[in-house]
Amino acid sequence: MGSASPLVRALLAGILVLGGLLSGVVAAQSATLDQVRARGHLVCGVNTGLAGFSAPDDRGRWTGIDIDFCRAVAAAIFKDGNRVRFVPLNAKERFTALQSGEVDVLSRNTTWTMSRDTSLGLNFTGVIYYDGQAFMARRALGLKSAADLAGSSICVQSGTTNELNLSDFFATRGLSYRPVVFERLVEVLGAYISGRCDAFTTDSSQLISERTRLPDPDTHEMLPDLISKEPLGPVVRQGDAGWSNIVRWTLFALINAEELGITQGNVEEMRTSSNPEIRRILGTDGEFGRGIGLDNDWVVSIIKTVGNYGEAFERNLGQGSALKIARGRNALWKDGGLMYAPPIR
Amino acid sequence: MNNDRAKRWLEPKTWAEAAYDPQVRAVVFQSLLVIVLLIAATEIVLNTAANLKKQNITSGFEFLSRTAGFDVSQSLIPYSSKSSYAGALLVGLTNTLLVAALGIVIATVLGFAIGIARLSPNWLASKLALSYVELVRNVPLLLQLLVWYVAVLRAFPPPAEALGLPLGAHLDKRGLHLPQLTFEHGGGALLLSILGAIAAAWFLTRLARQDRDGAWKHSSFIAAAWALVGIVPFLALLYAAAYVSVAYPTLGRFNFEGGLSIEPEFLALLIGLSTYTAAFISEIVRAGLLGVPRGQREAAAALGLTRRQALRLVILPQAMRIITPPLTNQYLNLTKNSSLAVAIGYPDLVSVFSGTVLNQTGQAVEVILITMAVYLAISLATALFMNRFNARTAWAER
Repeated sequence: MGSASPLVRALLAGILVLGGLLSGVVAAQSATLDQVRARGHLVCGVNTGLAGFSAPDDRGRWTGIDIDFCRAVAAAIFKDGNRVRFVPLNAKERFTALQSGEVDVLSRNTTWTMSRDTSLGLNFTGVIYYDGQAFMARRALGLKSAADLAGSSICVQSGTTNELNLSDFFATRGLSYRPVVFERLVEVLGAYISGRCDAFTTDSSQLISERTRLPDPDTHEMLPDLISKEPLGPVVRQGDAGWSNIVRWTLFALINAEELGITQGNVEEMRTSSNPEIRRILGTDGEFGRGIGLDNDWVVSIIKTVGNYGEAFERNLGQGSALKIARGRNALWKDGGLMYAPPIR
Repeated sequence: MNNDRAKRWLEPKTWAEAAYDPQVRAVVFQSLLVIVLLIAATEIVLNTAANLKKQNITSGFEFLSRTAGFDVSQSLIPYSSKSSYAGALLVGLTNTLLVAALGIVIATVLGFAIGIARLSPNWLASKLALSYVELVRNVPLLLQLLVWYVAVLRAFPPPAEALGLPLGAHLDKRGLHLPQLTFEHGGGALLLSILGAIAAAWFLTRLARQDRDGAWKHSSFIAAAWALVGIVPFLALLYAAAYVSVAYPTLGRFNFEGGLSIEPEFLALLIGLSTYTAAFISEIVRAGLLGVPRGQREAAAALGLTRRQALRLVILPQAMRIITPPLTNQYLNLTKNSSLAVAIGYPDLVSVFSGTVLNQTGQAVEVILITMAVYLAISLATALFMNRFNARTAWAER
């Protein structure tokens, strides 16, 4: 696909939507779950390359928190986190790919907004990372805040909420700027490195991640402003409530497991715990897994595969990674963060 | 003949007779095919609409009047993030038309020059033209665009160390910054006088050429007519000059402010498209020139015409008959290839409309349909214009 002209790709996307629509899927209990089972693997739409969220490592294996989420869903269904096929998608292609049925889940650092949730025929299932848009610029410019960027050229990726926030930020302050817009993040980064733009704006987590790829990271700084709310989360198609439940509760299970202290290491012992909450989440008591069309020990498979939310975070984004992002507002609610999942009961 | 045919249709026939009449059969089968195609098309449209509704995907074209909310780096028409999606469509369309129109002009001039050089008796000129054609047309266009954009234009210095050019222009990796003339008064008159003078000169020249034996025949008259093109606007300029102001680009904190900035994305696309297409056009021109019978050249020489005169008056007019149809194809190719702009961030129709707008609205079906319709319209308009030009230059008889 890399060499195909953009027009051809856009056309293909349109045809795919058309094809998907014409096939007219009739919703059963969960038609998507049946399809995934029949196919033998989950198809997950992910970022084309964003360290910490979704990127192939040096052995070609996909890693990142968005990837781990896909593996968690696969583990819940198949008890095997490797039964996933990852489809790397551009910002521009992502919704079309999900609408047309090319992917079952979109786990691709996608911001939850009202228009996306209500007019695209898609549903957001929760928030896996609370982000905000920030700016990066060369230290030598000596900028104090984003408002100092008046009159500058700013690189941004097309088809993102970032593009809209950037416009709002400067318009509300009556300042001017020159947008330099590219379709792919790697082109945006390339333009910034070459000096085509003075600043580079995207979600702060992405900036931290992309900064590690710069030739000389210390000569660049992140400006203190966060100019937007960017709640990132997995997305599914509307109209299959059963599938939506599976994806949503996989995310909640990851967060609840952290809250209950269930880790990759202790999950087997925890199954015999006397704590009723732990017994319910791990399927020792109750029929919670069967209620969503899975086995009762679905959470055990999830945790064995990727660990709880905190473990996945630290491994991909936090202290266990090159990015060293602090938990901040992504800490559990009882630690002062925003991560709060409804109870499994 | 036509009369006979009409008569046969009017004659009353038995069913059996009609069934064996090839005319009747043709009409029946062709009507059936059209009906089947119409039914299929209606089914596709209705089914798509029904399924979009079932999947809760918003459909329809109302989104065009909603506020776009994003900025575009280059626009020929007034546009801001408060404009509508329809405004964004127009911005993309005008940007596509701008690069296509300029690209066609440059590619044609360059292509003719190289095509003629290719046949030049000068060994160096012809070999240089040959190398140009073989190099440029055998490397994929996308690659060439990236070379122009990434390797050439990004190699220029940052704004603070911009290259100073004559007349207060500057060149840096953010583009070409030119001084901009603003006429507070008399600007319209200047433009009108230039256009008017050109039109008048063209008309007088035509008159002089047609009326070979009459009072208009002196070629000095033609020269006088074209002198108009210089004198009239000059007088207008003297008038307007009192009110003209020049905005020179000056270095601000980050960028050159004021003046006219030409973005490097546009420059790269324009250079890439026109040099690439010029290579193909030069081959078409060469084929056209070689397609004129050798006798024409010899006859022109026998009449005492110089090589230049022979080329201009005898060879090229005949070669145009061979050149025009494939030239049209190249113009269409250039226009459609301009959609590769998306790879280097030039805000053309595909990048702005079926890129950003598609993603912000999620209405893929509508956006792609509009984009396809717009490209179709541009291509058909180009083809129509070129076909009329072709009809004028084609052989009048034979």
